[in-house]
Amino acid sequence: MYKTKRTFLLAATASAVALAFAGPAAAKVEGDKIILGSAISITGKYSQEGKNARDGYDLAVKMINDKGGVKVGDKSYKLEVKYYDDESTPARTAQLLERLISQDGVKYVLGPYSSGTTKAAAPVTEKYKIPMVEAEGASRSLFTQGYRYLFAVLSTSEQYLASAIALAAETAKKQGKKPSDVRIAMAFENDPFSLDVRAGVVDDAKKYGMKIVIDDKLPRDLSDMSATLTKVKALKPDLLVVSGHTKGASTAGRQINEMGISVPMIAMTHCESADIIGKFGAGAEGILCPTQWAETLSYKDSLFGTAKQYNDLFLKTYTGYDTVPYQSAQASAAVQVWADAFTRAQSFDTEKLRDTIAATNLDTFYGKVKFSPAGNNIAKPMVLRQVQNGGYHVVAPSEWASHKLVFPRNAGGAKQASK
Amino acid sequence: MWDNLQILGLAPVFNVQLLVNGVLIGAVFALAAYGLALVWGVMNVKNLAQGDFVMMGGYLGWWLAERGLNPILALLPVAAVMFAFGWVLYWLIIRRVIQRDLFTSLLATFGLAIVMQQGLNLAFGPEVRTADSGFDTRVFFDGMVTVTDIRIVSFVLCGLLAVALVLYMKRSRMGQAIRATAQDARAARILGVDTERVYAFTFSLNSAICGAAGVLISMIWVLQPFYGIAYSVRAFVIVTAAGLGNLPGVIIAALGLGAIEQYSGFVLGAQFQQATVVGLLVVILVWKQFLMMRRRENLQ
Repeated sequence: MYKTKRTFLLAATASAVALAFAGPAAAKVEGDKIILGSAISITGKYSQEGKNARDGYDLAVKMINDKGGVKVGDKSYKLEVKYYDDESTPARTAQLLERLISQDGVKYVLGPYSSGTTKAAAPVTEKYKIPMVEAEGASRSLFTQGYRYLFAVLSTSEQYLASAIALAAETAKKQGKKPSDVRIAMAFENDPFSLDVRAGVVDDAKKYGMKIVIDDKLPRDLSDMSATLTKVKALKPDLLVVSGHTKGASTAGRQINEMGISVPMIAMTHCESADIIGKFGAGAEGILCPTQWAETLSYKDSLFGTAKQYNDLFLKTYTGYDTVPYQSAQASAAVQVWADAFTRAQSFDTEKLRDTIAATNLDTFYGKVKFSPAGNNIAKPMVLRQVQNGGYHVVAPSEWASHKLVFPRNAGGAKQASK
Repeated sequence: MWDNLQILGLAPVFNVQLLVNGVLIGAVFALAAYGLALVWGVMNVKNLAQGDFVMMGGYLGWWLAERGLNPILALLPVAAVMFAFGWVLYWLIIRRVIQRDLFTSLLATFGLAIVMQQGLNLAFGPEVRTADSGFDTRVFFDGMVTVTDIRIVSFVLCGLLAVALVLYMKRSRMGQAIRATAQDARAARILGVDTERVYAFTFSLNSAICGAAGVLISMIWVLQPFYGIAYSVRAFVIVTAAGLGNLPGVIIAALGLGAIEQYSGFVLGAQFQQATVVGLLVVILVWKQFLMMRRRENLQ
């Protein structure tokens, strides 16, 4: 009895070992399929954004496959993405990536959603020397670690509101003032993303010699900004910048409106996810919102066509969307980077692919993709959209602008106007 | 910091804005704090889930508002549902921890807080929500001071609710039973008060009050499943400052706390707005300790 049990155990161990060794070799390319892998948020706090990203990945995969797939050598390969649910927690992302790479043998990785989870993912892909093209981690700290295998198609977080500073300087000049006369009020949440955004603003403000008159940091669970806004009223800055995810935009949108804040230029992140137009109507007029991508931009490529065509295709393919989230657009672009790399490298070797990705110079519907040595995309600017007549319209940088900047922004909101 | 103080001196009108905002929101804090004091005083249960009751009420109000009900009218159904929710919770959980020591009730309500947060997260998602009261904003001093009507309305409603509660506690049979139980549960039981029912009612009443506060919050500020803790902390600070069974004290402390938060946000920056609340708790505790020491010396 004892003997049989031991034999069984031995056999089980042996087969497990055999499986473990057999697995990776077979799984990176199966038949005519190239398997990409991603541990991404399907449940948890990023479930919605995770879905946006997944839909973007899937749409690009479908389009590439429909158009014949990726040609390596004289054979065409179809792309497929293997997903695991990281439950929106960074520790899970790292665990599942380990599993994707060491058990499932995935050799080509697409990023998770959010900076936090990407931060957890990067050390794993570095360890296994597996390239990861990510589309949803914007924190600039991702690109200061010297990671060799991490590539991001999106603009990093310190660029989010820096464009507003440039715009303020430009506007000041137009009005015959010096950029250094511009006084800035800042309210940023005390979290890694918003502090990155803040660092970008501070750097650029310094460059122009602008004066920062308010520098408030909003706590994570702050639902009231009225004290900060009272200060804004008292000090009358020329530019108010706010970043605190969706809750920051919701709170700021509501209270700027209620308190009749009449700063000539206001810029904030997450306008779209907070739906400031839908919620605050005319009170949101004139607010500037940075975005990674907008369907009105004149970018185009051979796969999707123009940004507008991507937009229409996306809305036709997926129900439940009113507009295309930029998270989806950049996720699609990440898949395009992989497809482009396979085609140019003509190889499945990860090291060769890594070097090919590093040399990417690709035009996409999402914008140009070209990586810095640190791995972030340096070819695509953030664009600023202004709320005008109940819609978002690109006003800066001027080469992509579809509308003229309204300056000063209509002071006060709907509620005051009616009085 | 000094710059900001200077502004207040040079342009006193901003004091008005800070005071008005603080006092009006403080009234809503007072509701949650009064509920806490009630449960604490009568049942000796320190409810760490207090703020999560507020959030739950807020979400229920928001949910009704999304379906076309005026958020102000949502107060009544939400309070009723929260009352029932409190009743169920009492029989499921709270009943089992009343007789136990302090830590059991703290742990139980802490666990309850986590379950409620996650439940709200599952039910309504992690996004920030706000309900629109549809009210206007009043402008004073040439636009320097603005007051939203919803804050005034909620202040008045809080006042009415407080008066109603006081009358109820004084006049009604149940109110008398609650006070008797708070004074001496054993004696009350001997005299025929069904203390179990009194406890259940008290806990449910607290839940309903918090629910009402939540509905008001949903129209004034924003809701998020994990924001409850901030309201729990505020309620604890207020009750600690005012003492148990002291409704006027609770109201004054709550209004004061609201104003102090606004001032600290203005002078020190938003990052200190809530830190001040916690700092205040420490100061109050030290001060109370000091008072007690003095009293002890006098006795000796």
